[in-house]
Amino acid sequence: MAKATTADNKAHGESRRDFLQLTAAAFGAVGVGSVAWPLVDTMNPAKDTLALSTTEVDLSPIQVGQSITVMWRGKPVFIRRRTEAEIEEARSVDVSGLIDKQSDAERIERPEWLVVVGICTHLGCVPVGTKTGEVKGDYGGWFCPCHGSHYDTSGRIRKGPAPKNLAVPDYEFLSDTRIKIG
Amino acid sequence: MGSGQREKFDNPVVEWVDSRLPVFTLMQREYGSFPVPKNFNYFWNFGAIAGVMLVTMIVTGIVLAMQYTAHTDLAFDSVERIMRDVNFGWMLRYMHSNGASFFFIAVYIHIFRGMYYGSYKGPRELLWILGVVIFLLMMATAFIGYVLPWGQMSYWGATVITNLFSALPLVGEPIVTWLWGGFSVDNPTLNRFFALHYLLPFVIFAVVFLHVWALHICGSNNPEGIEPKSEQDTVSFHPYYTIKDSFGLLFFLVLYCLFVFFAPDYLGHPDNYIPADPLVTPAHIVPEWYFLPFYAILRAITFEIGIPFTDIVFITAKLGGVIAMFGAIALWFVMPWLDTHPVRSARYRPLYRTFFILLVIDFVALGYIGSQAADAVLFGLPLSVMGLICTAYYFAFFLVILPVLSKKEKVKTLPNSIHDAVLAKNKSHS
Repeated sequence: MAKATTADNKAHGESRRDFLQLTAAAFGAVGVGSVAWPLVDTMNPAKDTLALSTTEVDLSPIQVGQSITVMWRGKPVFIRRRTEAEIEEARSVDVSGLIDKQSDAERIERPEWLVVVGICTHLGCVPVGTKTGEVKGDYGGWFCPCHGSHYDTSGRIRKGPAPKNLAVPDYEFLSDTRIKIG
Repeated sequence: MGSGQREKFDNPVVEWVDSRLPVFTLMQREYGSFPVPKNFNYFWNFGAIAGVMLVTMIVTGIVLAMQYTAHTDLAFDSVERIMRDVNFGWMLRYMHSNGASFFFIAVYIHIFRGMYYGSYKGPRELLWILGVVIFLLMMATAFIGYVLPWGQMSYWGATVITNLFSALPLVGEPIVTWLWGGFSVDNPTLNRFFALHYLLPFVIFAVVFLHVWALHICGSNNPEGIEPKSEQDTVSFHPYYTIKDSFGLLFFLVLYCLFVFFAPDYLGHPDNYIPADPLVTPAHIVPEWYFLPFYAILRAITFEIGIPFTDIVFITAKLGGVIAMFGAIALWFVMPWLDTHPVRSARYRPLYRTFFILLVIDFVALGYIGSQAADAVLFGLPLSVMGLICTAYYFAFFLVILPVLSKKEKVKTLPNSIHDAVLAKNKSHS
């Protein structure tokens, strides 16, 4: 009798035990995952960091041909009031020959104003060329001194190791002389 | 550990403790009577020296952490306060900053010694792999620590290195945002870096423990690269190597103190005494010297890989550089399987010896190239070309030369035993 019960348990119990073990392991994995996610996610940007994500800029003091740098999300944003010649130069480029193919029209809201994130797309340095007297690179836009990337008057990468054009942030014109970035 | 036979200690207090927790027996076994090959040269000092530097870094680091403030508005000034106002603060900070350099000096010599004498080969593969893990953890810790003073190099070094991850397709940008805790290197980044900089040294300590444990299982390699066969081949660790390690350590510490007290900023960058400014990039961003060879490999890849004459690109230049840089260290993990030659020591492998010495020269040259501006020129040759050539040799050494030599290289006659080798050497001297 006792012998029969043991054999019985073995025959049925094994699959039942396997099932219990698998279920326990699965629930354990879900449990660990649900505890791990908050730990991982806590390192993502916090609410106060996200709340600082728009910046308004008054454009009225900027003269034609002048550029300024403003801070947005802890990054520099270049705003350039382009001259007719610079606009013409940006438009006349053959797009198919570019490293990151974008026409000037895709990168602007109004031709006179170029707004780009001032972070080199190679490894994150700030290109020079915004202030008067700084080197503007071979294409009259910006030059990154870290690893030698040249950007044109539309902020497009023309020469050097950077893979992409200077990013265009989301922005809108609140009036003719005021924009909101972000 | 300690469950085996135990000899009684004469001192009753020691005996009382040891019979309950055999720590004294353990120390006696692993560092007292532990048999070690008797033919070590001074290159075998650097494991112990690295251990002493790790303890130095942890001790000075803990007291510095008591004075440091991890906030973007306060960090730079808190470091200046340590330098000017805190008792002995200048000394502790210089011990810590130069200590990192000297820890790396010791570890680089330790690693290249292991490569020269074939210490990575069986049965010590896991010992070697744990060592590479320690090296990677050291790199992470040193990089993060360099960010804490929040100077210009701190900030821009952090920006460039964290941006490496943005080279990864699809997940790159979210990973970088996650690392930063924001949209640029900023206060959340500094805060977490401080937390990690406090944590990682203890992780290193734990892996060092495993490294030493593994060492005591298979025993030390030695300059002849042959296993000890009899008691004639070994001496006890104490007093023979405790004294030899101490002697070498003293020389090392004299050199360390020369830097700490007489040239404390020689290995650093003046730009890091300018507070971090997210709007101005220094004209020439350079990592600390111990990262330079890998930085040169990163910059050497300036071409993309794709289908020729089309716009299809599989690996951008940026991703290629990142892969090459991490690959350069990842190769060390598989070195025991790239070099399957049965003879360990380069003393008996003339070809391996030549190629290895070239590798060391190549590595130093990469370090020099990494320290120069990207468009620098030397003797009329652009350094970027030389960087590419040196990078090519580095990878060829591991991926081509090692496997070929494993099959083809003829060796010099090995001595019968360590004892014989030592006797032969003494005879030739007299």
